[in-house]
Amino acid sequence: MRTTGKIIKYEMRDIARSKFVLFYFLFFLLLTEGLLRFGGGSTKTLISLSNVVLLVIPLMAIIFGAMYLYHSREFTELLLTQPVNRHQLFRGLYLGLAVPLAFSYGAGLGLPFLFHGFNAASDVALLLVMIGSGIFLTFIFTALAFWISVTCNERVKGLGFSIVLWLFFAVIYDGLVLLVVAWFADYPLEKAVITFTIFNPLDLARILLLLQMDASALMGYTGAVFQRFFGSLWGIGIATVALVGWTAIPFWLGLRRFARKDF
Amino acid sequence: MIVIRELYKSFGALQVLTGLNLSIEAGRITAILGPNGSGKTTLIKSILGLVKPDRGEIKIGEQVLNGDCRYRENIGYMPQIGRYPENLSLNDVMMMLQDLRGGEHQTDMELLKKFRLGKEMDKALGTLSGGTRQKVSVVLAMLFNPKILILDEPTSGLDPVASSIFKDALIEERAAGKTIILTSHIMSEVEELADEVVFLLDGKIRFHGSPAEIFQSTGESNLERGIARMMVETVYP
Repeated sequence: MRTTGKIIKYEMRDIARSKFVLFYFLFFLLLTEGLLRFGGGSTKTLISLSNVVLLVIPLMAIIFGAMYLYHSREFTELLLTQPVNRHQLFRGLYLGLAVPLAFSYGAGLGLPFLFHGFNAASDVALLLVMIGSGIFLTFIFTALAFWISVTCNERVKGLGFSIVLWLFFAVIYDGLVLLVVAWFADYPLEKAVITFTIFNPLDLARILLLLQMDASALMGYTGAVFQRFFGSLWGIGIATVALVGWTAIPFWLGLRRFARKDF
Repeated sequence: MIVIRELYKSFGALQVLTGLNLSIEAGRITAILGPNGSGKTTLIKSILGLVKPDRGEIKIGEQVLNGDCRYRENIGYMPQIGRYPENLSLNDVMMMLQDLRGGEHQTDMELLKKFRLGKEMDKALGTLSGGTRQKVSVVLAMLFNPKILILDEPTSGLDPVASSIFKDALIEERAAGKTIILTSHIMSEVEELADEVVFLLDGKIRFHGSPAEIFQSTGESNLERGIARMMVETVYP
């Protein structure tokens, strides 16, 4: 574990000095600040933010994660020629990237709210869920990026695949779900739709956010079903387990591949 | 002393190492030569643990490689292409490697001074030129005074001054009893430095001996022609 900590320390130093993370932080900071200042109130701001968060975080985490790993391949090789265990190195590389990304997101979003305050008490919970699910998405999509770039040696292919994967979760998956729902409109699909949601981390995060917003009333019958399921302790438990699984499984697949890989 | 026995490695359908046997002695500079794709880099990376062989045994000193990473404390490696984290300085990277190795290490700063890298110590590595990065690679490889030095095409980007500083350092290390392995395509350099030449072809060793033996067996008087003749004779008999 000590080796992992050392890797994290130096990688974070490298990343903290890179302009990307600074821009990432400033992007969320300025966006939130701007919405709070001109958009009127914390509730509206949070609703506007939720769409940005759900699209931008996965995209940035997967692209930056894959690029970083491809870019530092030679240095990773050099680190592997040191007396360092591969598992510890991989853990260090992963956390050294995911933690600063998650931190700049959380800080960028949270700081303006600390400054401006909230309109309603329920907004505090909504902000916390938003930051929490954003951090989950950061860890999930960084893990996916690491898995892809460890598995695929060609940089262009790996980056292409990362973008396609993001597009799949952000757009294509929902389209397919809609198609299924339309085809089988005559059947009761509530349980199926809840299951579909669990298999897409982005949808999972979206549902968790929507339920905090009381906007589920707008979603009609499905919204009520979601509210009943994900609103219950049981549902929240399952959603959390699913998000943890979405982090752990790609990470584990990447780790396994990294440990056996020929460099 | 490094002893390699019956080493096999394939990448998919491509057989790269096919039952390679080799022993590399301490206190000598061993040059590994061979045409492109002959398995030089795979051999080096197997010793480093970067590539996991399919079969065979590698023994470094008394230690048989088995996945334990500690043997690498005694190895310094200089890669063919040195790329470093863009926003870290040489100082940071040196501290990082020292940290990773843990404990107290005597670091060899002599080369750093000879290369006049002092004023580059705190600059971001991403801003350094290719040649300077190559010097950084040399410095990092020799930093911990390792018993074994593995150098992959070490002089390809160095200017003549840096190159001769580097060669002097190698000769010094050899005198100190280090095991030194290098690959190179510059035959004059191999001729100048190497005590042993290992000629690799199709994943096997076709020749292992001193440069003088190559001259003798091929009747040529310089290494480039000797090696070329050997290639021609073994590839097109």
